[in-house]
Amino acid sequence: MRSQQQTTDEILDLAAVQFKVPRESLTPDDDFFQKLGIDSLQALSLLTRLEQHFNVELPDYELQGVSDFRTLAERIQTRL
Amino acid sequence: MHSYKGKAISWELVNGVIELALHREPCNEMGTLFLSELERFTAALPSLEESAHALIIHSVLACGFSAGGDLRELYEGIRTTEEKAALAGIRDFHQRIHRAMNVLDATTLTTIASVHGIVFGGGFELALTCDLIVADKTARFCFPELRLGIIPGFGGIPRLKRDLGNAVVRDLLLTGRSFNVTKAQQVGLVSQVVAEGAALKAARGTASQLAKFDRSTAAAAKKFIKPIPYQELQQEIEIVCDLYARPKVQQALRKFVESTGAQPYLP
Repeated sequence: MRSQQQTTDEILDLAAVQFKVPRESLTPDDDFFQKLGIDSLQALSLLTRLEQHFNVELPDYELQGVSDFRTLAERIQTRL
Repeated sequence: MHSYKGKAISWELVNGVIELALHREPCNEMGTLFLSELERFTAALPSLEESAHALIIHSVLACGFSAGGDLRELYEGIRTTEEKAALAGIRDFHQRIHRAMNVLDATTLTTIASVHGIVFGGGFELALTCDLIVADKTARFCFPELRLGIIPGFGGIPRLKRDLGNAVVRDLLLTGRSFNVTKAQQVGLVSQVVAEGAALKAARGTASQLAKFDRSTAAAAKKFIKPIPYQELQQEIEIVCDLYARPKVQQALRKFVESTGAQPYLP
C-alpha cells in the first residue's frame, strides 16, 4: 500500500508530465488550477489520468472545492 | 451535398463513409448555430445514404467530443427576452434538436461516435444516437444537468434507458458524476477503447469492415435491435421545458454562466 507521501509524489509527477511543467516547480500545497494554468475541463483530464494510474474511481463531487495536490492525494488515498 | 464545411460542423463522404466533424470552439457547445448546421446535415442525409454504409461522428478539438448544450447562449436568451417568448424559444430549440437527433438515431447507416476527452451533456446525448461508441483513454462521460436543476434535454435519458441497465442510468443522472472510459466500457456504453488519439482511426477501421456487409441486411438488423423511444423522448421535452420555467433553474444558470473562477458554479 502506498503512503500518502508516495501518492502525492506520483500525482505531482503525473501532473508535471501531462501539463508540461517542471516537476521541481510543483509542491503539495500548490493550487493546481493556478500552478498548471488549467480550467475545470482540463482538471478532468488530470482526474482521468489519476484514476487510470491509481486504478480507482473518484466521483467528481469528492473533488468539489479541492484545488491543491495534497487534498487531492488524500481523496485518492481513501480509495486505494 | 457530399461535403460541407460549416462553422460548427463539417462533413465529407469518402469511400462510402460519411465523416461528420465537430469543430466549434471552445468545446463544441451546442447552440443555435450548431443546430442549424446539424439540421442541414440531417436534411442531406437521405441522399448521402444512397452512397454510404456508415457514418462517423467525431470532434477535431483537443478538449474532447463536446461539452454539451450552449448554456451561455441559453441563459442569454432567457435574460434578454420576455419570459413567455424565451420559454417558447427553448421549447422550439428542444423540439428541433430532438428531430435532428431522431434522424441520426434512425438512419439506416451504421453509425459510430468516435470520442475523446469531454463527452458531456448534449455531447453525450449525440454519442448515444450512434450505434457504436469508440473511445480513446481520455474520454469522460457525464450528465451534469441535475447539478443545475434540469435534466438532459436532447434525448439522453430515454436513450440511456434503452442502452444501459437502469442502475447505471440512475448513477449517472442522479449523482451527476462523470465516468471514465474504463467504467464506461464496463457498463456497456463503449464498444472499443483505444489509445489516446486513436479513436478516429479505430472508427474508420470498423467502418471499413462494415462495407463488406449487405446494406439492406445491416439496415434491417438495426431496425430490429435499436428501437427509438419516441414517446419518452416527447415526455422529456415536456419535463425539460417545465424545469426551465422555474426561477431556481434560471438562478442556477446565471450563477454558472457568471462564474469566473477555474471551477464554474456546479453544486
